[in-house]
Amino acid sequence: MPVFVVRRILQAALVLLVMSVLVFVGVYAIGNPVDILINPLADQLEREQAIARLGLDKSLWMQYWAFLSGALHGDLGRSFVHSTSALGLILERMPATLELALTAMLIAVIFGIPLGLWAGLRPHGIAGRTIMAGSILGFSLPTFWVGLMLIMVFAVMLGWLPASGRGPTTLLFGIPVSFLSLEGWRHLIMPATNLALFKLALLIRLTRAGTREALLQDYVKFARAKGLSNARVIGVHVLRNILIPIVTIIGLEFGSVIAFAIVTETIFAWPGMGKLLIDSINLLDRPIIVAYLLVTVAMFIVINLIVDILYSALDPRVRLAEAKG
Amino acid sequence: MSEALLTVSGLRTHFFTRAGVVKAVDDVSFEVGRGEVLGLVGESGSGKSITGYSIMGLVDPPGRIVGGNVLFDGVHLTALPAEEMRHFRGNRLAMIFQDPMMTLNPVLRIDTQMVEAILAHENVSRSAALERAKEALSRVGIPSPAERLRGYPHQFSGGMRQRVAIAIAMLNKPDLIIADEPTTALDVTIQGQILYEMQKLTREMGAALIWITHDLSVIAGLADRVCVMYAGRIVEQGTTAEIICAPGHPYTRGLLDSVPGNAPAREKLKQIPGMAPPPLDLPSGCPFRPRCFRATVECEQTPETRPFGTSGRTLRCFHPLPPPEEES
Amino acid sequence: MAGEETPARRIASDFIGNPLAVLGLVLLALVIAVAIFAPLISPQNPYDLAQLDVMDSRLPPGSKALTGGTYWLGTDDQGRDMLSAIFYGLRISLSVGVMSTVIALAIGLTLGIAAAYLGGRTDTVIMRIADIQLSFPAILIALILLAVLGQGTLKIVAALVTVQWAYYARTVRSAALVEKRKEYIEAARCLALPPSRIVFHHLLPNCLPPLMVVATVQVAAAIALEATLSFLGLGLPITEPSLGLLIANGYQYLLSGKYWISFFPGVALLITIVGINLVADQLRDVLNPRLQR
Repeated sequence: MPVFVVRRILQAALVLLVMSVLVFVGVYAIGNPVDILINPLADQLEREQAIARLGLDKSLWMQYWAFLSGALHGDLGRSFVHSTSALGLILERMPATLELALTAMLIAVIFGIPLGLWAGLRPHGIAGRTIMAGSILGFSLPTFWVGLMLIMVFAVMLGWLPASGRGPTTLLFGIPVSFLSLEGWRHLIMPATNLALFKLALLIRLTRAGTREALLQDYVKFARAKGLSNARVIGVHVLRNILIPIVTIIGLEFGSVIAFAIVTETIFAWPGMGKLLIDSINLLDRPIIVAYLLVTVAMFIVINLIVDILYSALDPRVRLAEAKG
Repeated sequence: MSEALLTVSGLRTHFFTRAGVVKAVDDVSFEVGRGEVLGLVGESGSGKSITGYSIMGLVDPPGRIVGGNVLFDGVHLTALPAEEMRHFRGNRLAMIFQDPMMTLNPVLRIDTQMVEAILAHENVSRSAALERAKEALSRVGIPSPAERLRGYPHQFSGGMRQRVAIAIAMLNKPDLIIADEPTTALDVTIQGQILYEMQKLTREMGAALIWITHDLSVIAGLADRVCVMYAGRIVEQGTTAEIICAPGHPYTRGLLDSVPGNAPAREKLKQIPGMAPPPLDLPSGCPFRPRCFRATVECEQTPETRPFGTSGRTLRCFHPLPPPEEES
Repeated sequence: MAGEETPARRIASDFIGNPLAVLGLVLLALVIAVAIFAPLISPQNPYDLAQLDVMDSRLPPGSKALTGGTYWLGTDDQGRDMLSAIFYGLRISLSVGVMSTVIALAIGLTLGIAAAYLGGRTDTVIMRIADIQLSFPAILIALILLAVLGQGTLKIVAALVTVQWAYYARTVRSAALVEKRKEYIEAARCLALPPSRIVFHHLLPNCLPPLMVVATVQVAAAIALEATLSFLGLGLPITEPSLGLLIANGYQYLLSGKYWISFFPGVALLITIVGINLVADQLRDVLNPRLQR
């Protein structure tokens, strides 16, 4: 197994490198680098100084090299608006986004898989049909509109939950988290549920489809022929089989959850990376955009890598094939 | 004559599909004595597998048993509630399926799949169950069983997988084993081995065996008695010797003639003309009528099962074949 | 009696038999009708400034207008009748969604068939690009593209197309590969039939069923994505407000309880997407041979 892990890591590093080239080309060659990196309010003298300092008068290769070495040292430019390191700002906001995304994913998994399993076991019963109809609603509902409606109902009309913001944070292993307090939960629950809705519906449908297919397989009949209890047939034989692709998809969808958090954070004024991005786009704070891009790309690559490794760890057929090859 | 272990009477299993009702098993009756080997022969679609499932209580929707009785050692299996039937399955009744590739769960280890079969019926310790599993594996001829137990199904060849399935079937010393074409998906060389093993093991255990197959040549050396099925019905029943040497039903004759070994050298292989009827569109009267060289107008009536000859044979035909002595 | 069903008839009868699918079709028909006939059935042209009266702004649903008539769904902050705004908005949302899907389909189809038929290097290159793109969430790609390109109808269509083409390319390629491996294609090639004939007569028809399912789902996704982008202020310009922008307009009034400005456009969006998804669901079940029981 270690051999294939190393191979995957090398592949991931390659993709990251390619991405860095693309981002670089996007910023330096296609876009007007002067506009993107230098504060538009700077006067002529400052612009010339900045151009020289940033090496924008040098050849493209040299610029890329400077960019790359800067990136490897964690320097992705300074924000126009906040005048601090762009990368630093993004990393500061990351825990909030991750907290939101992880809670959302957790909600989706805890409710989605059991509901999907039930719908798959009894597809023609009332419960099964209701679950499926509900799931169609779940992924048809536009996330941002649901967020607005949630605020409308729970914050304005009922006054139960706060309409925006993140709760008080405490440090957990040096990372600020808000889910350890009740007040934190009151702020977390709406945005997390909003974010979870789409994935919840997706998981229900996926689990249902997987269950229906698994039940048609011979090994289920054989398991019954052995006289195993229904609980064991479903809980061990069926579940172990459908969990493998589902876990993979959960992992892959996690990246999508982080991206969708952009919208949720905007609606609920949740102080994460996503909100920072939108604010930066509106304020034309381009270094932040570049930094966000690279950080997110790196995150996705890492997620994909973890999912790959996880999949081979779970599916014995793949694990043993990889070990041989 | 000792009391039969299994008595199937008038079994009917129908499938209620959107396109219509498929009478997969349509009034099937036979008996299996203790330690006896019964061959259930028929083409694909004849309903032989479904008969096996019906006995085991494994018929999936949209099918269900709509009539008849399955009496096993004095217990009416068809009338049992599901939970009680579960205690019989894998314990006193076992089944082996056709495709060894898909019968074992690909993501679970072999020992898990064997131990659970024991623990589902007996309250023994896990290590005791493991010991029995190891023994069972070596009995079916799998080398280094302790190691093999920790492996996964895809690490075994087709023949080995089927041996594992056989081992699992025999774990709880069942009184009856239903083997549904267990060698069809295997290489010819392996087929013979598996056949021999099964014969030996069932005789050692004293278990009865229902061997479902489309291949009459397999039955010849294996079974004590044979049932020939066509379109969901049993058209002929008797001892193996009787069926092979003096078949009564034209279909049986056709099956015998189409076995390559039986044909005289240099002559064209005989085949039964036509094809098996589509299950939703059975011909009226005798279902074999369109393909039968002895069919007459009378065959537009449905033939009933009648005794044939003296020794408990039965036949469902208006124009049974004359015994061989009369032909020459 | 059995066996008389042609595939088309079976698909049709499956549809009718499933109440959800019928509901989907009805909703879809409604939405499309509204979109097409918007100018004819709107009580007011919400973008004709002469017809607006700022005094009528932010009225709740059911209020009477100064000129007679009723504002069935209320008015927004500029005095626009919500019902009319929604009709026009539906039109724009639908046309942008459908247009981008059609273009993406054309591009994806071409590239997918090219990849499947030509194989080798072409195949690898096209599929690598598609795979890499598909591993990133659509909203992120669209967001960044629009941040760089700026606002405008053409640009958002371009962003939507960029986000979608890979799905079609992948679907088409798989289906085409399955067909290509069949022996009669080998035979046709041996007979030196022109590639265009092989492609159009054989490969293409086999790709249609899965393509139909993917395209239907994608239209809904495109409409939803455009709405989200417009809501974030990155989508269509204010002169062509889609439902997303209407919802965004109403965002600021939520806290003061004027829910209708955001609520009703959202419902219209919901009806559209649900209708499409219900139909897509039924299509998928019907065209999936494995679940035919």
